[in-house]
Amino acid sequence: MWDYTDKVMDHFLNPRNVGEVENPDGTGDVGNMSCGDALKLTFKIDAEGRIIEAKFKTFGCASAIASSSALTELIIGMTIEEAKNVTNQDIVKILGELPEEKMHCSVMGMEALQAAIADYRGETVEEADDDHEGRIVCHCFGVTDTKIRNVAKANKLKTAAEITNYCKAGGGCGVCLDDIQDILDGVWQEHSAAAEQAADAFAGLSIVQKVIKVQEVIDKEIKPILEQDGGSIELFDVAGNVIKVKLKGRCATCPSALVTLEHTVAEKLREFIAPELTVERV
Amino acid sequence: MNSKKLIYVDNNATTAVDPEVFAAMKPFFCEQYGNPSSIHSFGGSVAAHINKAREQVADLLGITNRNKLGEVTELIFTSCGTESDSAAIYNALQICPKKKKVVMSKVEHPAVLNVGKELERRGYHVEYVPVDKKGRLDMERLGEMVDDNTALVSVMWANNETGNIYPVEKIAEIAHLHGALFHTDAVQAVGKIPINLSESAIDMLSLSGHKLHAPKGVGALYIKRGIRFRPFITGGHQEKGRRGGTENVASIIALGKACELAGKYIGAENSFVRELRDRLEKTIIATMPDIRVNGDIENRLPNTTCISFEYIEGESILMLLDRHGICASSGSACTTGSLEPSHVLRAMGVPYTAAHGAIRFSFSRFNTEDDVDKIIEALPPIIAWLREMSPFWNKDK
Repeated sequence: MWDYTDKVMDHFLNPRNVGEVENPDGTGDVGNMSCGDALKLTFKIDAEGRIIEAKFKTFGCASAIASSSALTELIIGMTIEEAKNVTNQDIVKILGELPEEKMHCSVMGMEALQAAIADYRGETVEEADDDHEGRIVCHCFGVTDTKIRNVAKANKLKTAAEITNYCKAGGGCGVCLDDIQDILDGVWQEHSAAAEQAADAFAGLSIVQKVIKVQEVIDKEIKPILEQDGGSIELFDVAGNVIKVKLKGRCATCPSALVTLEHTVAEKLREFIAPELTVERV
Repeated sequence: MNSKKLIYVDNNATTAVDPEVFAAMKPFFCEQYGNPSSIHSFGGSVAAHINKAREQVADLLGITNRNKLGEVTELIFTSCGTESDSAAIYNALQICPKKKKVVMSKVEHPAVLNVGKELERRGYHVEYVPVDKKGRLDMERLGEMVDDNTALVSVMWANNETGNIYPVEKIAEIAHLHGALFHTDAVQAVGKIPINLSESAIDMLSLSGHKLHAPKGVGALYIKRGIRFRPFITGGHQEKGRRGGTENVASIIALGKACELAGKYIGAENSFVRELRDRLEKTIIATMPDIRVNGDIENRLPNTTCISFEYIEGESILMLLDRHGICASSGSACTTGSLEPSHVLRAMGVPYTAAHGAIRFSFSRFNTEDDVDKIIEALPPIIAWLREMSPFWNKDK
């Protein structure tokens, strides 16, 4: 028996936006019968480029239906640009959580959305769909190395078993599992090499260049997140790899400010500048 | 779970312990708890009950051989069907050390199939007999596969998913032509169809208690007289040195009683239970489109039906049935967390449109006409609702 959250059960038993939009502006058709799940997403765009209507039809298990329903709820009201940035993790967030083995249901939602956006923009599916790029690694489910790399990066996956949970690759005969692990090892080696480079690059900057770089990430990546909750942030000093900041607005008095500091501020700075950075509150 | 009446049609997964069985085993927990190996009469008297249980199991299986003391020697009690299967397979390889090949069907239960995979890793040559689209064994291929290097042929008596019954006597004869032993996993067959080992060519047979209204955690292995046996679990002298470990006394007593009752009700299994199954199956076919019944309709267990609801997925169906208190199971990939649908349906070449939406209903003597009515009432709206949501529905019309 699966341990589904109440939200998954709610979206499964009372799915939102079932059906097909008439004369859709975008259609995304992903998965197929042999894979065991498939999703057809259709949407309509208003004059300002916002998704005003979205509907789905899904063949699959409870979590596939719930993920599809959550997807439509998520994207209605979004601009195409916003929708383009939706990840499978956004779908999971709406559902609370999904069992690990069912994560591929949320990935299918993201893929249907990407396919529908490509369709809306008049791009051919081949150009937009990862599945058609690269080399087929998993022949049972037709998954390419490109897709495996993308899913691994987006969800920070390190093992072949996780890849199977997220995009099915390796879940059939299992012959490709070693191949998948090699790809993953490659991805994370590249990643740490790139991180080292980034760290070296940061260390080599002048103090003014460092400040400009940090300020840029704070303005573009961190402030908008804090502002959603009525908070803000100010750069105070840069000392070697230590970034000193002041938390403002609601963040200044928020009891979970420490969490914000570590999970939002530090994480973004490490992601966009260098993994060695630490953050201090002044 | 909700408070709705339970409609349990998943009896190939496990069964309710019959109250008579429970009553029979109960004294062996707090009252007659002695160890049957003890010298004192308090413990020693329990041994007589175990022997009686062995007689009861022997009666159901038609085992007539007795030793000079009048005891059944061809049966050992185990912890489950899986242990019996492993014990049988590894025994065959140990007593025929020069033979390096095993033949089994592609539709075996994992308790046998995964032993096959393990044997391959250990360097044995394992061949898997294919089945046709009704799940019937390719007897010609089987005949070709069995050769003089074959230690063992293992084919289930009845399949847990489709209910298909396999011609085990005939297969045993084929095995013997090449000097191979024959084992059958009869976990699904025992208690559902008549079995008579008295004049059988079968060398080893596995059965499990919880499939026939005894509790979980007890099984038995039949080893024909004259076949050597090396214990799978080495330990004390229990079971005449063939299975170490203090006997699971209460469960063994229960298995004995359950076998006695199974013998008594085997007529009902093939009349009343069969009628329930048939009525459900016929009504489903008559009231809903795009249905297919998987398996060998003419030659299967009386209690089992495996029905595909095309264009929809099994887990969704089961979860919605569950809300009506209806317990069934599915050959769908999603229910197990694996990504491929059941190996049995795939071996049969059931198209993916149907394999993912396969539901197994398996009845027992404890089901009622009312159960069938409730399923017939609950099912059509569920199927219609899910099909309405499916991108494949209507598409192919």
